[in-house]
Amino acid sequence: MPSICPYFQVHQPLRIKRYRVFDVGHDHSYFDDESDSNLNNRKVLAKVAEKSYLPANELILKLLRKYPQFRVSYSFSGVILEQLEKYLPKVLSSFKKLVNTGRVEILSETYYHSLAFFYSLGEFESQVSQHREKVEKIFGVKPKVFRNTELAYSNELAKWADRKGYKAILAEGWDSFLGWRSPNFLYRPKGTNKIKLMLKNYKLSDDIAFRFSEQTWSQWPLTADKFASWVSNINGNGQVVNLFMDYETFGEHQWADKGIFEFLENLPKELIKHPDNDFVTPSEAVKRYQVMDEVDVPFIVTWADSERDLSAWVGNAIQTSAIDFIYKMENGIKNTSNKRLLNDWRRLQTSDHFYYMCTKWYSDGDVHKYFNPYESPYDAFISYMNAASDLKLRMEKSGKKSTSYA
Amino acid sequence: MSPNVLMIGWELPPFYSGGLGIACLGLIQALNKKGAKITFVLPRKMDVKVDGINLIFADVNEKSSMVTSYTSSSEWLKLFSIDPFPPDFIQGAIEYAKKMYKIAKKQNADIIHAHDWMTYPAAIVAKEVLGKPLVVHVHSTEYDRTGGHNPNPQVYAIEKEGLNCADVVIPVGGYMKDILINNYSVPEEKIKVVYNGVDDDFKKDLPPALTSFKELGYKIVLYLGRITLQKGPEYFVWAAKRVSEYDSRVIFVVTGSGDMQDYMISEAARLGILDKFLFTGFLRGDDRDRIFQAADLYVMPSVSEPFGLVALEAIIRGTPVLVSKQSGVAEILKNALKVDFWDTEEMANKILAVLRYHALPSDLIKEGSKEIGQFSWSNSADKVMGIYNLLI
Repeated sequence: MPSICPYFQVHQPLRIKRYRVFDVGHDHSYFDDESDSNLNNRKVLAKVAEKSYLPANELILKLLRKYPQFRVSYSFSGVILEQLEKYLPKVLSSFKKLVNTGRVEILSETYYHSLAFFYSLGEFESQVSQHREKVEKIFGVKPKVFRNTELAYSNELAKWADRKGYKAILAEGWDSFLGWRSPNFLYRPKGTNKIKLMLKNYKLSDDIAFRFSEQTWSQWPLTADKFASWVSNINGNGQVVNLFMDYETFGEHQWADKGIFEFLENLPKELIKHPDNDFVTPSEAVKRYQVMDEVDVPFIVTWADSERDLSAWVGNAIQTSAIDFIYKMENGIKNTSNKRLLNDWRRLQTSDHFYYMCTKWYSDGDVHKYFNPYESPYDAFISYMNAASDLKLRMEKSGKKSTSYA
Repeated sequence: MSPNVLMIGWELPPFYSGGLGIACLGLIQALNKKGAKITFVLPRKMDVKVDGINLIFADVNEKSSMVTSYTSSSEWLKLFSIDPFPPDFIQGAIEYAKKMYKIAKKQNADIIHAHDWMTYPAAIVAKEVLGKPLVVHVHSTEYDRTGGHNPNPQVYAIEKEGLNCADVVIPVGGYMKDILINNYSVPEEKIKVVYNGVDDDFKKDLPPALTSFKELGYKIVLYLGRITLQKGPEYFVWAAKRVSEYDSRVIFVVTGSGDMQDYMISEAARLGILDKFLFTGFLRGDDRDRIFQAADLYVMPSVSEPFGLVALEAIIRGTPVLVSKQSGVAEILKNALKVDFWDTEEMANKILAVLRYHALPSDLIKEGSKEIGQFSWSNSADKVMGIYNLLI
């Protein structure tokens, strides 16, 4: 009976170029690296589009046409939508084609892929609204389900989403609060009235997202029929299997020559071989299934690392000092009423900047290093702080003048 | 398995001016704890004692095993202006080899282990006499000491011969390994990298140094090491100039001596920042530790650094480090700032970042102190014991 609910995160940050202290006060373009390095956002986007987004979209469209039961959902950061509009509109139109089938749901998140909820509620709400507008403008749909950056979740966030009328909210199905309970049911977040909580089945999701190409894994190679049999085994023991992962899993994190696209292509066929299995979007899941229990998450849970907390973003002194520095500027920036300053300030809130400063090398180090375009977490911090210092300087200058040209 | 090792050295602390003696001492103490029986030969009588180690002095003529470590021939020439150059070290090395003939005959060793070129002729003799495998430990080469400029051909020839005769060659880092392969044609399969370790036996609560500057709010950026071409002192001065333009409350402390000290001073004067510099001369022991503890950042701008033990010593003493990428230590140390020695803009950028953003030195030290546990002489000795066991 389980319904499979695949949701893919689509996001690419605006990485800060190598920005030296000598640039402060002179250079106000923080994100325009033109080099051959992975700080060149346009270059990285083109590479990821070629290896992942374009072939994956083509395949998903084919699957949607072939299998009427098939469903997928996406969450886009505003930052990537902007970049695609500017540099790769053909990728955006391929996403639109998927949405136009009516069987692809788009989720709500913060425009800047930020952790603003934990630092400034007002700023967080502005970013969610900005994101809703962008999604409606591009895709013509109004998201009904909320997912926060890095799947960062707590009771407080659920209460907020409930108040705002969201039908569901997504989170990691982590053992620390679930205990013996299964992630394959819907739950009611503590302190809420209507909203339903959908939890990532991290074992099955990570089998694809992290372990697919890992030859030392006892289950390697992972085939679609093997995976489908694991899902079918849940039968009677769960209602929804939430497969949440980065969309770049297909072709970028797991490479085409390792067979990830063949796996994806065969998965719907293998899953629906079992007559009780089908696919759902989060909104469909919410309509179809009732909550089983209340879930209490008084702390912050994310989908990262073995700790599943925020320590990959704000776990050390450089990270916390950088994020505090940026949020302390909120009033000053907003008082300038300068749109360019506001936009740059918000772009500096993207969670990836802080992830690059993570020094948890030894246990989770491999994953962090793979995603880090800087030579070290310290290099990431230095460029970030120099750029943020320049922004602060512009803010102070702008505050002194009645009109602003910064 | 407790091997008898005939180890041939050139210097031991406190009689040293470079890192060779420190490295030898750290290694033999750790090997001794692992059960190796070590006979350590020095070229001449020195007032040293090491627990558990049998020391032998070869009685090489004082004049030909001079007061300091060997650095490079051109440097030696500048210091002493003697001609023809460099008779003393080469003669010393040859004489060491002659004395070794008698010494080796009395030894019952399973293995011979030699450190840097001055010991290679003696090591080759020992190998012939005893017929035992030879391990050659490379802490530096003529090539990196001179930065590739005019390496002394005789020294190079001795190095080449020693490396040829060795059964296993141990460079102190991957950077040195590459030099051995590319400039000395050592076959890769003969090379086994063993990184140096660092000891934490220093006094933690020494009286603070440079307090008058610190009280006035000055930050201290430290250069510590020989002032020679290999160590890149001029890059430190050029970066200091750039830093001074952005932050006037920084003092650049230079600890060490060498043939480029005058150049360093005149370069700082030419750039109008000599008043920002403090030259302490060569320091050892507590004085050296106090300078570390006073410094906000240690900079190692080496042009070519086989390992760079001082960077580890700095971290263990709570001082964050900025090291050149042209060093062995940069390969293995993660929690350090790194820069190409020639990129003085970036060097200055990183120095300023440490001085401005307090979280940066704080995390460098916090994470660096955790990481430093791996760089123990005990780990290095385990690797060396593994090599001995392969050979015996």
